[in-house]
Amino acid sequence: MLLEVRNIDVYYGSIRALNNVSFTVDKGEIVTIIGANGAGKSTTLRAISGIVRAKSGNILYEGTDITHIPPHLIARMGISHVPEGRGIFGNLTVQENLDVALSSVRDKRTAGPNQDKVFSLFPRLKERRRQVAGTLSGGEQQMLAVGRGLMQNNPFILLDEPSMGLSPVLVEEIFGIIVEINRLGKTVLLVEQNAFKALSIAHRGYVLETGSLVLAGTATELRDNADIKKAYLGG
Amino acid sequence: MGEFLQQLINGIQIGSIYALIALGYTMVYGILRLINFAHADIFMVGAYMGFFLGPVMTKIFGSAFLPTIIAAMLVCGLLGFVMEKLAYRPLRYKSRLSALITALGVSMFLENFCSMPRVFSPAFLKFPDLIVARNIPIPGNLGLNVSNVLLLDVSVSVILMVLLFWFVNKTLIGKQMRAVSFDKATASLMGINIDVVISTAFIVGPALAGAGGILYGTTYGMLASPFLGTWPGIKAFIAAVLGGIGNIPGAVLGAYIMGISEAFATSVNSNLGYGIAFAILIGILLVRPSGLLGKFMPEKV
Repeated sequence: MLLEVRNIDVYYGSIRALNNVSFTVDKGEIVTIIGANGAGKSTTLRAISGIVRAKSGNILYEGTDITHIPPHLIARMGISHVPEGRGIFGNLTVQENLDVALSSVRDKRTAGPNQDKVFSLFPRLKERRRQVAGTLSGGEQQMLAVGRGLMQNNPFILLDEPSMGLSPVLVEEIFGIIVEINRLGKTVLLVEQNAFKALSIAHRGYVLETGSLVLAGTATELRDNADIKKAYLGG
Repeated sequence: MGEFLQQLINGIQIGSIYALIALGYTMVYGILRLINFAHADIFMVGAYMGFFLGPVMTKIFGSAFLPTIIAAMLVCGLLGFVMEKLAYRPLRYKSRLSALITALGVSMFLENFCSMPRVFSPAFLKFPDLIVARNIPIPGNLGLNVSNVLLLDVSVSVILMVLLFWFVNKTLIGKQMRAVSFDKATASLMGINIDVVISTAFIVGPALAGAGGILYGTTYGMLASPFLGTWPGIKAFIAAVLGGIGNIPGAVLGAYIMGISEAFATSVNSNLGYGIAFAILIGILLVRPSGLLGKFMPEKV
């Protein structure tokens, strides 16, 4: 098991955002967490990468308890988190955004090959490498966010709403790239409101409702589930 | 014409010193949204380092200026580092007001502690001659008064600013600093150790202020008291606000505007020289509160 989340509770002040959440991710999988806005999907990813702290429960990565490890060390241990809303450094150029992602990489010699890989997946970023990232279009910013995650060359990547705000064509493209990343050997934990798209590329999925996991299964099972169809798949 | 050029030159000279101080205010603000009121007192410590270390350095190295300014930068960098660790870090996740009040406290502590007889003493001190001041003859008959000290002030400041721009734009830690000032949480996801970045800002900014202190002492030839940082500090702070606080080129621009307008105002009336700083502050806050090069950034929730 690559990641094991055991009974975590997360609070924002006195509001409980996650309630006794447990799930696992195996090496090589694409696992998706779907759910409505505010269900706690982003919070789950933030707890894994250490930006918010679980009040109780544990998070194990490759058997190591990372519940109380600060985020920059978790990034160095092998988990990349592409945050919701992209989190681009708008004051830095495209190239500098990629450079900064190398902060988690100990062996800087891998930087060149990594960057070549990122640029072959996103040729657009190569064209715009000297441009200030704040002036990129939404789609380009999403590519940069994913590209930045890939620069870290981590085996495990958390993606938070990569389709948000993108045109249908770009959504297609970004999901194609997620499959490609997975084929290159990376494990993906994908959080999405676009449940249909997410389940179409994932191996397994979990359904989060107001802070609790209510359903788990293979992607096919979830897609065929009548409740899911009604609630998330539009019929 | 001669008078105009002379005031312009004077303004550039004092503006150079303000720039070195203003950079520290703006760097710390950019990263922590904290106005480090004690920054002016670090500048003061830098000036006193010139007084205490200058003669020692002359004995060791023969020439005093370069070793003294480097030593002052090291001492002030260390002081900044310790200050952040002891005074500001414990309040990192508390309200911003607590840190602001603490900054005032650190400032008062440094001023009064350094005024003790066995520390720097409150007395008026003659600053040692780190270089021998002499006038540089300017061709033409404009009657310009240009000294080697003026050239030293401007060139040292420009060299340090170029180094800072290189550091912030080209090195990994510099890029990390800019990333942290934009978005701390995402920066930590990139593997950036926020503590290291904050410490770096608290070393580099004070080191520049320390260099400014040496230039100040060399220029004015005396140290009035450990409260001497107050006025240059206020003016440099206003310069940083004028340029857009948090913006590094803005601080430099603001400092030169401040220095030049102060020189012209002083040539009219010396009280006006002090007043002009506040006139500029009020003006910029009315017309463009984000500063000349600053961008309006809404508070993130």
